[in-house]
Amino acid sequence: MAEPILDANAAQTYAQPTDSGYFGQFGGRFVAETLTHALDSLAALYAEMKDDPEFKKELHEDLAHFVGRPTPLYLAERLTASLGGAAVYLKREDLNHTGAHKVCNTIGQALLAKRMGKPRVIAETGAGQHGVATATVAARLGLACDVYMGEEDVHRQSLNVYRMKLMGANVIPVTSGSKTLKDAMNEAMRDWVTNVDDTHYIIGTVAGPHPYPMLVRDFASIIGQEARAQMLQQVGKLPDVVVACVGGGSNAMGIFHPFINDAEVDLVGVEAGGHGVSTGAHAAPLNDGKVGVLHGNRSYLMSDDDGQVMETHSVSAGLDYPGVGPEHSYLKDIGRATYAAATDDEAMEAFRMLNRQEGILPALETSHALAWVVENAPKMSADKTILVNLSGRGDKDILTVADIDGITL
Amino acid sequence: MDAVPANQGRIAAEFARLAQHGKKALVTFITAGDPGIDFTVPAMHSLVAGGANLLELGIPFSDPEAEGPAIQAANERALANGMTLAKVLDMVVEFRASNSTTPVVLMGYLNSVLAMTNFAQRAKDAGVDGLIMVNLPQEEAADLRHTLSAVGMDLVSLIAPTTADPRAQEIVTTASGFLYYVSLKGTTGSGALAVDEVAERMSFLQTLTDVPICVGFGIKDAKSAAAVSAHADGVVVGSALVQLMADSADPNIAAERLHSAAADIRHGLDG
Repeated sequence: MAEPILDANAAQTYAQPTDSGYFGQFGGRFVAETLTHALDSLAALYAEMKDDPEFKKELHEDLAHFVGRPTPLYLAERLTASLGGAAVYLKREDLNHTGAHKVCNTIGQALLAKRMGKPRVIAETGAGQHGVATATVAARLGLACDVYMGEEDVHRQSLNVYRMKLMGANVIPVTSGSKTLKDAMNEAMRDWVTNVDDTHYIIGTVAGPHPYPMLVRDFASIIGQEARAQMLQQVGKLPDVVVACVGGGSNAMGIFHPFINDAEVDLVGVEAGGHGVSTGAHAAPLNDGKVGVLHGNRSYLMSDDDGQVMETHSVSAGLDYPGVGPEHSYLKDIGRATYAAATDDEAMEAFRMLNRQEGILPALETSHALAWVVENAPKMSADKTILVNLSGRGDKDILTVADIDGITL
Repeated sequence: MDAVPANQGRIAAEFARLAQHGKKALVTFITAGDPGIDFTVPAMHSLVAGGANLLELGIPFSDPEAEGPAIQAANERALANGMTLAKVLDMVVEFRASNSTTPVVLMGYLNSVLAMTNFAQRAKDAGVDGLIMVNLPQEEAADLRHTLSAVGMDLVSLIAPTTADPRAQEIVTTASGFLYYVSLKGTTGSGALAVDEVAERMSFLQTLTDVPICVGFGIKDAKSAAAVSAHADGVVVGSALVQLMADSADPNIAAERLHSAAADIRHGLDG
C-alpha cells in the first residue's frame, strides 16, 4: 500500500475540487464550446441549491420516503466467520428503491433539472442501473426521459431495458464504436449539445466535465455520511478499511468522501480486472492506464500510444468503462486511496459466497469489492473492521450468471 | 492572460490575399485516411484545385463526441484503415511536396495530441499551420496555445450560439489564425441552419475583432454557403464532402467529385 502523503493537517482541509473543477491535475472541463454555457449554469445553480433549505428538504424527503433511506449497516456474521479475520460490515445500498445507490444521484439531478425548468432529461447507461434510476425519477417528477444504451448492453441487460420502458422512458440503442457504455456517453453528449436549451443531462457517475464529478459525488455522499454515523453508533468506532468497486466510481466516491479526513481509515477501490490486469482485457485504468482526456475530464484512461481509447472487458457491464472519475485519480496520486483489481473469476466466486453465506444477491459490480474482502479479510485480525459498499443488488445479473453456469432459464 | 500575437504564416497570408480580392474563404474538412489511406492526399489537391482556400484535416479518434453520423463513420473507417496521428502528419508532408501555400489545419480531440511527444514541433515540421481542438474550451486552452504559438502555429478558437457575450469577448482576445463560429446547437452535419441567427451573431462578433471569422456546421452546398458567407469571412464545409467521399469507389472518383463540389461552392461564394 502506498504511503499516504496527506498529513493530518492537510486531511483536515480536504476541499476539492477547485472552482474550475480540478482535483490536482485531474478533472476540468474538456467539452465543445456549445456546452460551456449549460455547464456554467448548472454549476451556478448547484452552488446556490447546495445550501438552500427548501432544496435540501425536498431532496431528503424523497430520499427518506421514495428511496427508503437510511439504508442499513449490516454485520455479515457468517461471511466474517468463514473468512476468519476482520469483521465485515455491509452498507446495504442494494436496498434502495430501484436496487442500487444510483437513485440518490438521479433524484438530486432531476430536482436540479426541475429548478432549471428543463422538461426533459437524458442519461447514458451501461448495466442499466443508472438508466432505471433516471427513468424512475423522471416518472416521479413527470419529466420526459431518453436513455442511451450501447446495443451490446441492450441485449445483455434486457430486463433493465424493459423496466425503463415500463416507466415511460425511451431507450435508444447506440450502434457506434464499441456499442457499450462509453459510446452511450458519446451519444448522450451529442444529444445534449443539440437539445441543450430544454434538456438536462443526468450523468450517472463521478466523471464528465465539471461540475458533474463534484455534484454526483455530493449526491452519492449520503452513503458515506450514513455509514460513518452507523459505524460509530453500532460498532463504536470507525472502520479500518472502506472498500468499494470502481467503474466510473460514484458508489466509491460516495462512501469514501465522508471518510477522507479520517486519516486512520484506509480507502480501497476495486477495479474490474477482467481476465487479469496483465492480459490487457480489463477495465482498470487506475491499475493499468495513463493520464488522458475523455468525456470532458482529465483522468486515468485506458488509451493506446496514439491516444485512441481502448476497448475494455469486464463480466459486469457497469464497470466496463475505460475511464474513471478524476477525484479517484487524485486520491490515487496523493496516496489517500489505493486501487486494487479483481478478475471476473474472483468476482464470481465472491458473488456465490455472499449468496450462500448471507442470503444476499449482490450485483456483479459490487462483487468486485467483495472479492477484495474475500482475499484480504483473512489477513486482518479479528478486532479489525471492513466496511463494504454493497452498492447494488444482482437481480439484473441473473441471466449473465446462469449463462456462465451453462444454464438456460 | 497574455494575448498571443498572430502568426504570420500561411493562414494569415491566405486571409490577407482573400481580403485584398474581396473574396470569402472556402474551408473544407475531410477526415484523414477516410475512406481509404490513398484517398486523402489526392483529395486535398483536388479541393484546392476546385477553389478551397484552407484545408482542415480530421485526426481520426475513437470517441468523436461532437460529430454527427457522417463524420463518426469517417472516423471509424479511418481507424479501421490503421490511421494514426503520425500518419496524418505524413500525409501533410506528402501534400506539401507539391503545395507550399495552402494552409492546412488539423482538427480533432485533445487526447490524440496529448499522446504524441513533441506534437507541436512535429506538426510544424510536417507543414501544418494550425489546430482546432473540438473539446478544448478557452479555460483549458492556454498551455496548448502557448506551445503551438512558440513554433508558429495557430490554435483556432471556437465560438458557439450559446457563448455569452462577455465570454466571446474573452475568447477573441486570444484568437489567432481565424475564429470558427459554430452555426448551430448540434453535431457536425446537422440540418437546422438558421441564417438570420448566424447573421445577427456575426454582426456582433465582427465588432469585437479583426480576426477573420469562418462559419461551420450545417453548410452543405453552394446555396447555404452563399447565404452564410454574406455575413462571414468564410465558410466551412465538412460532412457533405465526407459523405461524398464515402460514396466514391476509388481515389480518382472521389477526387473528381470533390473538385466539382468545391468548384460549385466556390461559385456560390463568388456569386
